Amino acid sequence: MSEVIQDDKVIVFKLKDEEYGIPIEHVGSIERIFNITRVPRAPKFVKGVMNLRGVITPIIDLRERFGLETLEQTESTRIIIIHVDDKSIGVIVDAANDVVDVPQEKVEPSPEVVGAVNADYIRGVAKIDHRLLILLNLEKVLSVEEFDELSTID
Amino acid sequence: MESNQYLDVFIDESKENLQVVNDGLLELEKDPSSLSIVDEIFRAAHTLKGMSATMGYEDLSDLTHKMENVLDAIRNEKITVNSSVMDVLLDSLEYLENMTADIAEGGAGSMNVETVVTQLKAIEKGEDLSQTEATSAVKGDESESSTSSVEGLTVDQFEQTVLEQAQTDGQNVYHITVSLSEDCLLKVARVYMVFEVLEQSGEVIKSVPTVDALENEEFENHFDLILVTTEQDEELKAKIMKVSEVREVSIKPFELEAEQSSGDKQITEENQTVSNDSNEQTEISNNQTNDQSTDQQKKAAGNKTIRVNIERLDALMNLFEEMVIDRGRLEQISEELNHNDLKGTVERISRISGDLQNIILTMRMVPIEQVFNRFPRMVRQLTRELGKDIDMQIEGAETELDRTVIDEIGDPLVHLIRNAVDHGVEMPEERKQKGKPAQGNMLLKAFHSGNHVFVEIRDDGQGINKEKVLNKAIENGVVSSDQASSLTDKQINELILASGFSTAQEISDISGRGVGLDVVKSTIESLGGSIEIDSEYGKGTTFSIQLPLTLSIISVMLVMIEEETYAIPLSSIIETAVIKRTDVMKAHNKEVIDFRGHIVPLVDLRQVFEVPSAKVEEESYYSVVVVRKGDQMAGLVVDSFIGQQEIVLKGLGDYLSNVFAISGATILGNGEVALIVDSNALIK
Repeated sequence: MSEVIQDDKVIVFKLKDEEYGIPIEHVGSIERIFNITRVPRAPKFVKGVMNLRGVITPIIDLRERFGLETLEQTESTRIIIIHVDDKSIGVIVDAANDVVDVPQEKVEPSPEVVGAVNADYIRGVAKIDHRLLILLNLEKVLSVEEFDELSTID
Repeated sequence: MESNQYLDVFIDESKENLQVVNDGLLELEKDPSSLSIVDEIFRAAHTLKGMSATMGYEDLSDLTHKMENVLDAIRNEKITVNSSVMDVLLDSLEYLENMTADIAEGGAGSMNVETVVTQLKAIEKGEDLSQTEATSAVKGDESESSTSSVEGLTVDQFEQTVLEQAQTDGQNVYHITVSLSEDCLLKVARVYMVFEVLEQSGEVIKSVPTVDALENEEFENHFDLILVTTEQDEELKAKIMKVSEVREVSIKPFELEAEQSSGDKQITEENQTVSNDSNEQTEISNNQTNDQSTDQQKKAAGNKTIRVNIERLDALMNLFEEMVIDRGRLEQISEELNHNDLKGTVERISRISGDLQNIILTMRMVPIEQVFNRFPRMVRQLTRELGKDIDMQIEGAETELDRTVIDEIGDPLVHLIRNAVDHGVEMPEERKQKGKPAQGNMLLKAFHSGNHVFVEIRDDGQGINKEKVLNKAIENGVVSSDQASSLTDKQINELILASGFSTAQEISDISGRGVGLDVVKSTIESLGGSIEIDSEYGKGTTFSIQLPLTLSIISVMLVMIEEETYAIPLSSIIETAVIKRTDVMKAHNKEVIDFRGHIVPLVDLRQVFEVPSAKVEEESYYSVVVVRKGDQMAGLVVDSFIGQQEIVLKGLGDYLSNVFAISGATILGNGEVALIVDSNALIK
């Protein structure tokens, strides 16, 4: 995912006040939150597991993951099911409601610091009309190494 | 050649045939005089040869062919079976297996088999020179299709009458030989088409091989038949040639036995065989009827099974699991609605899906034979290398286990058997000195008991030297010398399964290649099974492995901890109890209970699983699930028991692979996920 494909279609979701984009080919579905079973002793950002049409799917809280303050669920809270490296993982976001075309030339490399998020996760930033989209590097967000690293810190 | 679609079938069938050859050879070694076994081996080898030739694997078919020659000689009692012959045959078998494996991996199945081929040839010639003729005859059978098979075309009394009748009626009787092209894939279909053509023009009186055999593809590339027709041969030939992939058709008038006037060389030859020995004629027809009946039996058996890709079964299982979950939901809804018709229907669905579950589960079951049948040869080879003498018995090979368990259990068993052969059973002289029979005994046994399958490996070797084991264990830091003194015999025996332990004085080629028996133990435990050792020094050792029948559906006890539901596998539960708070004692600052005379430590699952707790006040009773791991026990403290249930085991996925004390998850009737407690991890 080092280079950006021309005219990426991305799913746009909201976390706090910012909008993020993940490539549409990684998105399996968008679900409402229901019945998450907590997994004991898992890293803090792992909310638990969910029954997604017969498949046990781990769910992670992106707010937790990015070090943002947690928020109670609202009507618009969604789980985006993403597929990376044959794994299906659900991420909890504040809202998911848009699909946007991102032309390659609109993508800029990520600034050194964006909020508290480690810049590693960020593939770039796209300015489209008046919106600023943070494009995520999914492999990094969900990678097992990162996960292991974080779980040892926990 | 467009043979990819047949490759899987070819590989499967080759493996089956090789297995038959393997079993047969081992059987033959025990009973060298039994010609029926040779027959069986010969048939399997022959099929393999035919198939591999069809698929274009020359080397495979060549070697099989050589092997077949030797077998044929044995069958005709030209060679006597001795151990050197057996060695060469088993060697060739191994080559064949390697070739098949190579083909399965996408290779061409070619391999340098010169040595074994020379050996086979030597055997073939060494004993009897007339053998070479037989060989050439067999070879001729393959290449010259039309001539050699004529000998088989004899007619019985009834057919004779029919033919005579036909001739008096002025009809033509033809002997037709049809050869199919070498690379014909759908031989059966071609045969069928040829027969259809012929039956339009006349009546097929007889065919060699028989129609049944033809339908089962039990022929090389050609077949013979006798046709009664009003049409002329040229006409017929043209019609048959229209069927594609027919290479050659030869049509000759068929002469009956009574009229010996014909100068046709072939027919005289044939008539000679017929007239010279009328007994033979009846014998042949007898054989043919026998063949037919066995063919029919085979066919009946063949109709009962089909090959199904394991992935499809897995998919079916997954779908069914989803249905079980929805069934749970449906049951709940019908309870709430309390509508009579709905209730009745839901009950019916529940019953039917229960039956369905049984069927699907049994469909995935395969006999453990699949794993067992490679062991006798392995043991034979090992004993030869080591100069030992071991008789291996197998019991209960028909015991069935879930496919997933079967796939995993092979390696641990190989390890244990190698271990028993290498370290367990002594050298023959040593055994004699000890007053045991020189030949060691080994028993591999499988049997069902409850929800489990047990596999036992028993040998009458030297047993486990407990002192040596203990010393070694202390030396390697597996146990401390303090601990060592309090260990029971059984616990000492089981030390050899601990990691970091290997008693073999020197590392031999056979066992002790750096991976110890601890790998065996962990593999078995990862399958949800357990292993125990029973050994008497000087008398022998028994390894007893307990395995779950199936990995995908297990019985659990559902328990609640606060608002969370957990499942504890029934296989590890001894019993549940409600214990007064005042009965809980303290030892080393740990809570313990007196459970039927045993001191059992308590494990508070709420703490282990860090369950968010709302309650503050302590309850005056503890609900305890007593679980065991081997001889050790622990009491798991929960809030309440829900009850027993069959659940579908699911993994947590790669992402959450190493969660402490959780072995998996399941989906409950209400669609929620419950985690399965790995009680083994909770007992230290």
